[in-house]
Amino acid sequence: MIKASAYTFKILRYDAAEPGNAPRFATYRINVIPGLTVLTVLLRIREELDGTLAFRSSCRSAVCGSCGMVMNGEIGLACRTQVATFESDTIILEPLPNLEVIRDLVVDLTPFWQMYEKIQPYLIRQSPVPDKEIPQSEAERQRIDQFVNCILCACCYGACPVLAREPGYVGPAAAAKLARFVLDSRDERPGAALETVDDEKGVWACDTVFRCIDACPKEVRPTDGIVDLRKAILKHRFHKLLGKSEP
Amino acid sequence: MIKHDILIVGGGLTGLRAAVGLCDRFDVGLVSKVYPTRSHSIAAQGGINAPLANNPDSRDDTWEKHTFDTVKGSDYLADQDAAELMCREAAPIVYEMEHWGCPFSRFADGTIAQRPFGGAGYPRTCYSADITGHVLLNTLYERAVAKGVKIYPEWFVTALSIEAGQCHGVVVLDMRTGELIPVAAGTTFFGTGGYGRVFQHSTNALINTGSGIGMAYAAGAPLKDMEFVQFHPTCLIGTSILMTEGCRGEGGYLVNNQGERFMQRYAPTAMELAPRDIVSRCIQTEINEGRGFEHPLGTYIQLDLRHLGAQKIQERLCGIRQISIDFVGVDPVDEPIPIRPAQHYSMGGIDVDIRCASEVRGFYTGGECSCVSVHGANRLGGNSLLDTIVFGKVASRTIGEDPEVRTRRPDERALLKLKEEVERTLRKLASPGSERPALLQAELSAMMSEKVGIFRTREELTQALQKVIEFKERYRSVGVTSAARHMNYELTGAVELGYMLEVAHTIVLGAILREESRGSHFRLDFNTRNDADWLKHTIARMGSDGSPAISFKEVTITRYEPKERKY
Repeated sequence: MIKASAYTFKILRYDAAEPGNAPRFATYRINVIPGLTVLTVLLRIREELDGTLAFRSSCRSAVCGSCGMVMNGEIGLACRTQVATFESDTIILEPLPNLEVIRDLVVDLTPFWQMYEKIQPYLIRQSPVPDKEIPQSEAERQRIDQFVNCILCACCYGACPVLAREPGYVGPAAAAKLARFVLDSRDERPGAALETVDDEKGVWACDTVFRCIDACPKEVRPTDGIVDLRKAILKHRFHKLLGKSEP
Repeated sequence: MIKHDILIVGGGLTGLRAAVGLCDRFDVGLVSKVYPTRSHSIAAQGGINAPLANNPDSRDDTWEKHTFDTVKGSDYLADQDAAELMCREAAPIVYEMEHWGCPFSRFADGTIAQRPFGGAGYPRTCYSADITGHVLLNTLYERAVAKGVKIYPEWFVTALSIEAGQCHGVVVLDMRTGELIPVAAGTTFFGTGGYGRVFQHSTNALINTGSGIGMAYAAGAPLKDMEFVQFHPTCLIGTSILMTEGCRGEGGYLVNNQGERFMQRYAPTAMELAPRDIVSRCIQTEINEGRGFEHPLGTYIQLDLRHLGAQKIQERLCGIRQISIDFVGVDPVDEPIPIRPAQHYSMGGIDVDIRCASEVRGFYTGGECSCVSVHGANRLGGNSLLDTIVFGKVASRTIGEDPEVRTRRPDERALLKLKEEVERTLRKLASPGSERPALLQAELSAMMSEKVGIFRTREELTQALQKVIEFKERYRSVGVTSAARHMNYELTGAVELGYMLEVAHTIVLGAILREESRGSHFRLDFNTRNDADWLKHTIARMGSDGSPAISFKEVTITRYEPKERKY
């Protein structure tokens, strides 16, 4: 429900290129009609009121993962968040936590992508390449379904309490990506590949408080992946202990 | 100055595929104005065509039949040798993507699932639910990471350097630092995508400005068939978000306010699965003749999925369901989706040959920014994802075999000169001006949607031409708020607007000159196809006065003689 014809948007502004100027909230009054999303409001502010406002956006339909931010305390994508869904007619917009701000709502995603790259985010095969597709049953395909849906928006990264105190932690998105491959019936990575996340900055650091699940706009459950990885690691350790080669 | 043997611009499917094919042997750098996984390839939903013959109804499908469907769908404007190449490469490309980890949906026998799509004689569209672009782009990005491709994310290309018939690289703006950097390369490849945002009602992402097409053209490379603009039949009212052709492939109906499946009057055999140009015209006709539904966001037609049942909708069209709930509050399980046509795809683009080579030495392009031409006057659904990956691969092969690829030296002075020009342009854009770039862009795109849409007339196109010329004049007075160069989206938007105006100019002029109706280009004043005069490509080159000069090029015909299209 729309609470008023004009809403107040308070946006946290900061420019890392001018560290002398402390972060501050800028206030904009915007007329609101049904169906208006937070992204539409941001675009209107930049186009008509304040050309200096910095935020990322692209697809407008919650598939590209550009516009993750904090909206009245909740993490989500600006493009799929309807203004009318908020309880109040004042909306506070802040950049994703756990990442350095570059300018306004634009954060530095470098650590996010470093963790992504670290876990070897690609299918690893040992067997010879067949002429046609590698067969996979519908059930096998379904096992990776939720992890495949990840759009790498970093909402979970921003929501993770472990990352808030432990910046070197692998984080939910990268762990979910690794689970997507470990659970893929076609993937043949050696068990040793899991050792990159088998330490106090890896999957064992997770508090399992499910903030990542709440924050995910695509209904991915990174914690499920972390639990799956823990099981796979224990299995790998067990095989190693017995000196057995892995299946 | 940064140097690479091969510079790739664009981190979507085409650019990534080209990079993956070249990075083992050459020094490759890939520049993208967004993180590659944000590229518009991600938004493709329905699937990628390949005659795998996995579907029980497609056992005798072949690449020749796929070629025929593509050529017929193109209204015979496609170059048939190029369409043959694309369709021959289709099955190997899909298997390659699968081997690299692409999680396609599966049939019960464990093979890649295939669904029917518009204009296709067989169900040959391979898919992953309704997120096929998402899984393909992620797979190729994963491949690029595995191979250690050097990627420069959020590097915005401002201009392309072509001098003395050779390409020397680009000048980029590092969006993070605001630094202007010349990137010198003996070979430059553009996979920069389409120009959807030149139209107000478009399914395309906000980044799809067509600036790559515009800057190639401004630098002297010719464009081809720019008047052919695809309007997708089923786009959500208001936002114009795409509702995949897979909705109809899975059995969805199009219904007017009489409760009638009106496609039976227009395409009795193919029904809802006629090609996009035809279905879009039918929907627009129903709306124009008063058989649409009224809504505050505009008049619409219903896309009815209810008879598919909740389970099938959830399994195969889950993303569509979510978008529909999020953006118009309609759950397709319970209610029909309100849709209307919107701009979707650019058939035209930078003129390249079947090897992705332009007429400029060292300049290659592929995917939606280019026109080979494989789609002619109308692209079939499921053929764009195919085009992006096939021609990314073709380009990597061609560039790898280019005898000069290791020896061709870019002219660094030309590049430094271009950097100075860009510097002046940015300074001018940052000085006070009377025009706000976003508002001028909004006027341009509204005008294009109104006057250069599904049904065209000389009168409206002539008005459109005058408008474009007027907008170009007004563009000289554009000024942005801040002179800061880092993360200044208003500034990059203003640079892109200059290129969008050039793109619009070529579209409008091509549409005025082409006095016939073919594929997506429909002229109410010349409402039939005219092979005698117009079975030819339009080539637009920037003239000395800054306006496009149009010439023509023959269409390559191999084995499919032009016939009337019936579905």
